[in-house]
Amino acid sequence: MRKIMTSVLAGIGLTLACGTSVYAQEKELTIFWAEWDPANYLQELGNEYEKETGVKITVETTPWADFQTKTFTEFNAHGDAYDLVVGDSQWLGAGSTGGHYVDLTDFFNKHKLNEVMAPATVKYYAEYPGNSGKYWAIPLEGDAVGWAYRKDWFEDPKEKEAFKAKYGYDLDVPKDFKQLRDIAEFFYRPDQKKYGIAIYTDNSYDAMAMGFENALFSYGGELGDYATYKVDGHINSDKAVAALDAYKELYKFTPPGWAKTFFVEDNQAITENLAAMSMNYFAFFPSLINEASNPNAKNTGFFANPAGPHGDQFAALGGQGISVVSYSKKQDEAMKFLEWFIKDETQKKWAALGGYTCSQAVLKSEEFQNATPYNKAFYETMFKVKDFWAVPEYAELLQQLNQRIYPYMIGGEGTAKETLDALAADWNATFKKYGRVQ
Amino acid sequence: MATSMITTLDQSSRAAARGFSDISIRNLFIIPTILFLIVFNIFPLIYSLGYSFTDFRASTNAPANFVGLKNYRDLLNDPYVWSNFAITAKYVIISVAGQLFVGFGVAMLLNRDIPLKGLLTTLLLLPMMLSMAVVGLFWKLLYDPSFGIINYALGLGTFEWLADPKMALYAVALTDIWMWSPFVMLLSLAGLSAVPKHLYEAAAIDRAGPFYTFFRITLPLVAPILMIAVIFRTMEAFKTFDLAYILTSQPTTELISIRLYKMAFQEWQTGRSCALAYIVLIMVLAITNIYVKYLNKVKER
Repeated sequence: MRKIMTSVLAGIGLTLACGTSVYAQEKELTIFWAEWDPANYLQELGNEYEKETGVKITVETTPWADFQTKTFTEFNAHGDAYDLVVGDSQWLGAGSTGGHYVDLTDFFNKHKLNEVMAPATVKYYAEYPGNSGKYWAIPLEGDAVGWAYRKDWFEDPKEKEAFKAKYGYDLDVPKDFKQLRDIAEFFYRPDQKKYGIAIYTDNSYDAMAMGFENALFSYGGELGDYATYKVDGHINSDKAVAALDAYKELYKFTPPGWAKTFFVEDNQAITENLAAMSMNYFAFFPSLINEASNPNAKNTGFFANPAGPHGDQFAALGGQGISVVSYSKKQDEAMKFLEWFIKDETQKKWAALGGYTCSQAVLKSEEFQNATPYNKAFYETMFKVKDFWAVPEYAELLQQLNQRIYPYMIGGEGTAKETLDALAADWNATFKKYGRVQ
Repeated sequence: MATSMITTLDQSSRAAARGFSDISIRNLFIIPTILFLIVFNIFPLIYSLGYSFTDFRASTNAPANFVGLKNYRDLLNDPYVWSNFAITAKYVIISVAGQLFVGFGVAMLLNRDIPLKGLLTTLLLLPMMLSMAVVGLFWKLLYDPSFGIINYALGLGTFEWLADPKMALYAVALTDIWMWSPFVMLLSLAGLSAVPKHLYEAAAIDRAGPFYTFFRITLPLVAPILMIAVIFRTMEAFKTFDLAYILTSQPTTELISIRLYKMAFQEWQTGRSCALAYIVLIMVLAITNIYVKYLNKVKER
């Protein structure tokens, strides 16, 4: 009997020992992100981490269209499928107040990330509520909206001459929104199947909002007061109305059928010889300088979002921070990965792989700024970006914006003032519903 | 009484030899199905009814507060929701009427002795065998104003099928008609082939014209099966989501199911979207009921 007992115990012990050792080898972290090139770069960075530590990193992706839905479905079910999530900046409110993200304030302060990362990225990718000193994410992929343009069209002497004759100044990269409009009008030639400009118009997520924000912020307008949630007098101010009109004006010079467009279509506008200029996130520019994906790679240039009529110059923020999921069973392991990720040499590697680092030191280095034709524009932009609301109900605010602005932009219903007055009323009602204003 | 309706097990069957009674066989088949239905259909249905009276949001930790009929009241006062319903109604009418016309028409053409009839029918059925999402994706390409084949073939230049707010809904309905007319055709063919030949012979002897024959013989006899096609297609068209969602994002094509999806899974207004789902459910039930009543009347004739 005793013999049997001993052998059984030994068997159990052996199984456990094997089990734990197998477990140690199979240490693995799953990072969830959207399906795009930067996620592939992150996977490559993860492979480096595996070489150094033996912890396997898997970057799981899903198309942008259902990234938000899939992430929050997992969060709401308190699922532990993902240990880390590279979440959109607007999710901070929902992620933190919903208890989905681990509080990273101590980690942030310990490593003085406030000073390490570019200020705008800390403000918009990490902190919630604004100015609270509470941090929920580590800035991972900096991103903002910039512009690509056809250098060969711009530099053609005949075009230059015709442009000067028509508008009275030289054809060059636009310095303000008026020039942007003029150039778009100049190149708009439907009979030659050439069009002026490609902008964002898709109203299913945040594309339309991002596009409009580029005009709004450069015109000196604001979405509202982020501290008091007052929107009346901000989103429907004269500056905001002028900005919406300016953005709608650009729609006139887009290629035909430009009513549901986002990053894919805007890059196509350059690769398919459709438009002279195209708005897009910097994260999508690597494929424009790659000759395999853009036959016009050599003739594609880049510029930062131009200034408005009063000299303000801002751009809409994209980009994401990386957060630890509070339902993950491997939070310690995840924190170790973050500690490795924020090291200077890792950030350098990240930038070299094609990731848009948020590290100030790397951003400011000559090496980074000269690495690609658009890195300089990116560096300039990252210090003048603004973002959409990050409150938990941001999706409702986004939907209301789409609902009001799209019919005006595409369908030509009503006026800019009416549109934005109605939007202000919608947003005010939503903030009231959640007790943010009286 | 209930047992008398169940046919008894054949004494010589293998099941009987193993000692199964007919009752145990019935239980074996039916109980798992019923359990499955209760767990995955009935329970969520009742649970979501409860949520529809609260301000619950699945994305936060905040507890759900009972708000009574507020969600229903807000939704029924929301002009956007009403416009979604109006768009859905318009879409259902255009798409079902179109499918009925095309499907029944093609069935009439096929209902005669022609060579390769079987092959032709099978080929015509292909569209409805495709996935909705795939159909949406390639019709988006077909409609494209710059390189789409439709504008090229019809010589329409850069006509904007999907970017024009007024045209977009018709474009979506047209795709739906292309996809689902074969379904109506199939049912109509079954109905047409069941019409007794001697009725046509009698009509021919009486020198009835083709119109008279169609309206007095063909249509009344095919009507019941056509009604079934209409019921199926109306229910399906009412809840169309993928096709419209993929093809375009115009506010003029925002069907009620798209609105519901956005409310539930983008904005995470769980309580409110449950209420909207119930409103939609009641509407579909009401419409189906009217159809079924009418179908029974047609059958009685």
